[in-house]
Amino acid sequence: MDFTLSEEQMMFAQTARTLLTDRCGPDHWRAMMHQGTAFDAARWAAIVDTGLAALIVPEHAGGMGLTELDFALIAIEAGYAALPEPLAESAGIAVPMLASLAPDHPLLADPATIVAMAPAINPVVASADVAQAILVERDGHALLVPREHAILTPVPTIDPLRRVFHLEWRKAYDLGVADWALARDRGALFAAAQGLGLAQRCVDLAVAYAKDRTQFGKPIGSYQAVKHHLASAQVAIEFARPVVLAAAADCPARDIYAAARVSEAKLVALAAADTAARAAIQVHGAMGYSWEVDVHLFLKRALALTHAWGTPHFHRSRVAARVFKRPTGPDTTFAREGHDA
Amino acid sequence: MHLAYTPEQQAFRAQVRAWLQRHVPAAPLEHYDATRAGFEAHRAWEATLKSGDWGMVTWPVEYGGRGLDLIQWLIFEEEYYRAGAPGRVNQNGIFLLGPTLMEFGTHEQKQRFLPPMASGAEIWAQAWSEPQAGSDLAGVRATARRDGDEYVLNGHKIWSSRAAFADWAFGLFREPGSERHKGMSLIFFQLDQPGVTRNPIRKINGHVGFAEILLEDVRVPVFNRLGDEGQGWHICMATAGFERGLMLRSPARYQVAAAALAALWLDHKQRKDGESWADPALEADVIRAHVNADAYALSIYQTASRLIAGAKIGPEASTNKIFWSEMDIHLHQTALAIMGPAAELLVPAGAHDWLDDYIFALAGPIYAGSNEIQRNIIAERMLGLPR
Repeated sequence: MDFTLSEEQMMFAQTARTLLTDRCGPDHWRAMMHQGTAFDAARWAAIVDTGLAALIVPEHAGGMGLTELDFALIAIEAGYAALPEPLAESAGIAVPMLASLAPDHPLLADPATIVAMAPAINPVVASADVAQAILVERDGHALLVPREHAILTPVPTIDPLRRVFHLEWRKAYDLGVADWALARDRGALFAAAQGLGLAQRCVDLAVAYAKDRTQFGKPIGSYQAVKHHLASAQVAIEFARPVVLAAAADCPARDIYAAARVSEAKLVALAAADTAARAAIQVHGAMGYSWEVDVHLFLKRALALTHAWGTPHFHRSRVAARVFKRPTGPDTTFAREGHDA
Repeated sequence: MHLAYTPEQQAFRAQVRAWLQRHVPAAPLEHYDATRAGFEAHRAWEATLKSGDWGMVTWPVEYGGRGLDLIQWLIFEEEYYRAGAPGRVNQNGIFLLGPTLMEFGTHEQKQRFLPPMASGAEIWAQAWSEPQAGSDLAGVRATARRDGDEYVLNGHKIWSSRAAFADWAFGLFREPGSERHKGMSLIFFQLDQPGVTRNPIRKINGHVGFAEILLEDVRVPVFNRLGDEGQGWHICMATAGFERGLMLRSPARYQVAAAALAALWLDHKQRKDGESWADPALEADVIRAHVNADAYALSIYQTASRLIAGAKIGPEASTNKIFWSEMDIHLHQTALAIMGPAAELLVPAGAHDWLDDYIFALAGPIYAGSNEIQRNIIAERMLGLPR
């Protein structure tokens, strides 16, 4: 039993934090909103160069073959930076799926390839406009729709750094039966991880503002009413983080316990994101209700991720399946199907 | 990260389970705060625990423990709550003062106080709060005047859990004339020694769970002071870290309660009892209770792993206290909502007493440093907001 991260994992996460906050900060968000774009090719190239996009792509397809836990740590940082590029969905879910279905597919030759995901659980397809192809769930099969055969209808969304589409296609390639359950688990897990990161960013932004902003002759952060909003948000984060990490570590087990843990992570991390985003807006006061400060980006991303890859109702049902059909109690924290704890 | 028990840890669990199966009393004991008889029955249970060497498993063998690590402690606690074993009447001693003594005590003090603490021969109360010093603990007025090899203690302590029946108390006293955080010392005294008067205080549930303590020229040897003279505040904060951090409320307690809540819900649903069984909002709360208990358990495993790897408990301990106290209230509110009109009814002895547990849960956000104080600590020491 060991619930600590390795030196290497912490180093990867730190590398991602530095890269993503350097290249995806307030100036970048504002420039992109001004230009009306949600993709920065130079930033994506830098992410690919650092190897972050290859983490859980299998080694036989040119990746590093690491685990969901390793990637979840990167997804946390993507959330912290409100990263517009589809690092989690493409590099965390779609490219690994393509690699398992068609290891020699020409798209895999380029590590910068972006593949979008169209699982049945999501009514819209995110980032399809910047993808070279889209993987579509159809009767358990995966259909590969190359970008040039896709007909994308943009669907307006409140998140200015996220693009979603309705998808039709002229031509698709059937890649056979695919592991959509794995895709859903990874989708929920990496959405949870991003939720955790953006929750922490909300608190950090609000703390910085509360130290700086003065009312009644004192920084507003010295007042208990303000402190307690942010402390409550931090509590939610502290107790979401171990659930996200455990869900990531459980993911490969693929049993009812792992599915429930992933769903728990989705529930608690996005609830923390909602709590933190609303606390941050409240602490920023009228500024928080404006485009003058950046917290609205995090509120909007939290809203999108809360319902992407399974609604809270969907994930509660998966936890209910575990709670009501398997033993619960203190000796079942690390239970696995077919084993005692 | 490796989230599975080793074969040794599994064998340890089996060993604990087997011992508890043989020794846990079949019928629940009367509550230790209800009567002297209930208190003494719990002391006898502590002696039984010690006879199996289960008094305080993480302490070194020489002080009455087993020298086990924190993961083994968590396994022990899981089996303890799973077996429905009696509450630990000496929790102020073994979970709060014990770890503090381990860190600040001399070898002689550890030898003197830890083994009888581990066996329940000496049961401890905490004597910190005063009528004018609750959340603002640095406002204590009780004094310790040095007189040769002795201290002379005077003052008025209150809200002292277990003090109605306990043997010893660890109190916070100040040098006469000193102010605020300076000049305080942590000093032990016996609750039945001359000059000590204790008046039980009835709790919201009618039990005499705490007491006020009046001290008039109570003489104790200097040996009873923990740490250096004037170091009391520093030591108290360390004790509070243990209190909030890891030891006081182990996750198993809430996992057992969440499992019982799920069973209560399924039972009501199957029997179509009353009206609440059809309410999907209640089922969502039952699920939330499970998720909360799981999150707390995972967080404590994470903390235990970090401590084993050499980290120290910091201000994040305050997040624990807020989380478990609020989770506990939510869980028991959900149970009462499922019970509906039966929620207000007192239950026969031995039945699952959701109502009394709910009333007890309401104390959670108050004791061990109110949640308002914990939120200040988080804001100032974790987030860096100005005082």
